[in-house]
Amino acid sequence: MDRFRMIFQYFQSNSESVMNGICGLLALASVKMYTCFDFSCPCLPRYNMAYGLGIMFVPPIALFLCGLILNRQSLVMLEEWRRPQGRRKKDLAVIRYMCSSIMQRAMVAPVVWIIVTLLDGKCLICAFSSSVDPKKFVGFANTSPVQVQQLLAKVPCKDDELMRNNTSRKAVSRYLRCWSQALGWSILLILIVAAFLARWLRPCFNQATLLQARHWSNYIDIEQKIFEETCCEHSRLFAHKCILHFFESMRQEIKLHSFSLPREGEGAEGEEDLLRGITDQDQVNKLLKMWYYEKPPLDVRQVTQR
Amino acid sequence: MDKFRMIFQFLQSNQESFMNGICGIMALASAQMYSAFDFNCPCLPHYNLAYGLGILLVPPFILFLLGFVLNNNISMLAEEWRRPQGQRGKDPAVLRYMFCSMAQRAMIAPVVWVSVTLLDGKCITCAFCTSVPVETLGNASHPGLPQGEMKRVLARIPCKEIYNGQEFIANEVAVRYLRCISQALGWCFVLLMTTLAFLVRSLRPCFTQAAFLKSRYWSHYIDIERKLFDETCAEHARSFAKVCIQQFFEGMSTDLAATRCHPPRKAPADAGEATEKLLGITDQGTMNAALKSWHRCKPPLHLHPPALPSSNGWAGEKQPPVHPPAPRREMAAYYSRV
Repeated sequence: MDRFRMIFQYFQSNSESVMNGICGLLALASVKMYTCFDFSCPCLPRYNMAYGLGIMFVPPIALFLCGLILNRQSLVMLEEWRRPQGRRKKDLAVIRYMCSSIMQRAMVAPVVWIIVTLLDGKCLICAFSSSVDPKKFVGFANTSPVQVQQLLAKVPCKDDELMRNNTSRKAVSRYLRCWSQALGWSILLILIVAAFLARWLRPCFNQATLLQARHWSNYIDIEQKIFEETCCEHSRLFAHKCILHFFESMRQEIKLHSFSLPREGEGAEGEEDLLRGITDQDQVNKLLKMWYYEKPPLDVRQVTQR
Repeated sequence: MDKFRMIFQFLQSNQESFMNGICGIMALASAQMYSAFDFNCPCLPHYNLAYGLGILLVPPFILFLLGFVLNNNISMLAEEWRRPQGQRGKDPAVLRYMFCSMAQRAMIAPVVWVSVTLLDGKCITCAFCTSVPVETLGNASHPGLPQGEMKRVLARIPCKEIYNGQEFIANEVAVRYLRCISQALGWCFVLLMTTLAFLVRSLRPCFTQAAFLKSRYWSHYIDIERKLFDETCAEHARSFAKVCIQQFFEGMSTDLAATRCHPPRKAPADAGEATEKLLGITDQGTMNAALKSWHRCKPPLHLHPPALPSSNGWAGEKQPPVHPPAPRREMAAYYSRV
């Protein structure tokens, strides 16, 4: 009993910390992925925008879905949502609480990716270099529109032969990077302020409902874990009984097919018990063959009723 | 038994995390293999496509098969699939569950390889460099070459040192173009796989939860039953061996005592455990004879030796092993006193 109590407490305290850990690991993985990723802008007029915005928005979606998949509680929530009512009412507040906590954790890695992308600046430079107003920059002000588009598209590629020592390219690049970083820091500030307000103002609204929802969502999580544990324990005991029953029935069968001699005294040693009446190479071979060709039925009623 | 129970619980609870660990290790190994692999595009017209697509598709297939091989449960699945029905019905839902969970884990390393390959871009650059649209990307002013010659020139795009088509299409432009396409494909592939995984995981509780719980229980049961059966057989083999060897030593000591015409030393009541464990063999000659006999003529795998005078000429299979030696000892003692 004591052991079970320790296990309960362990699960209780660790469910949240396991999820927070996974959330943190995904955020770190997202930063690492960005630094490993070799960003190469195509520097072609229409491809730039697609590539830049694609790199900024597609990986966050994949990271968000990963965050949902890796979180065990999302499965628990779905099961609770879809289960038939049966004899237990469904509390929508609990489901809403679980959903919001899952979403919050899953949003961390995508937000980290977007912010890192904006602060680095390459994506925005690639995506919006063709949309810059050429009249603001000396090198591009006096060229024909078609050519200016081509030149602007090549701005993100420093090593291109046309752009190698072009000062206007550097000007455009700095301009776009400045916007990108400003956007990045603003988003970061807004999110942190929003998180701060949410945490501080939450106790002002519906604290009692929140406590109830949190309690019952923990309960559902633990109940499911314990159910799985109990099923494992049960299947282990079932298997144990089934195998013992199998060995017993083999012993009975062997007794039936041979002469039965009176046993001289019943002082059985420990080894005798473990041998279970199977004391011969042929008997062992027969037992193993029976185990393969005719597994015993999944029915241990006679064993438990004895 | 208690110790075994704790170990079983540990294994069971950790079987999933053990398999997830192997899965993660294989994914990391696949990324490491790719970075360690020295990619060398042949830069020849038809070989490029074969090489590029080969590197993209063959290692994932190998990794997928390896994922199955490294999974312990594959033999369990095969056994359950091929066993005769006997007295126990076969449930195809359980087999499907086992196969699906193994396949899902085995898919991770190949998906990682394909994603890393596409995001890196070298494979696609090598495979499709002859299909670059020269009209849009190249220098329009330059007159074109015949088809075959153009393909040969384009095929050298991945090999910067020998590229000789700078006037038709700049090397960097073509490489950037191909790499952009490759990375776009890579991210789309990653998004597709993540969406698929998400759908598979989230649709299950919505539709087949009861059947899933059943299949999961019985697949765990089959695993545990197999392990417990192996444990029980190992215990049985140990006891079998112990009794067999004990009977061998006792047989040896009484035989040798009979041939040398001196009574076997019967351990006095207060002799202690050590003397009992000597099993009646107490001198060098007897021990050497026992060892030689063990090597030359191992005893039969039969715990009740035949030809007991008190057993009506039948190999007493059902008698407990302890009792036959006692009457033999007494008879030998009686015989030798005569």
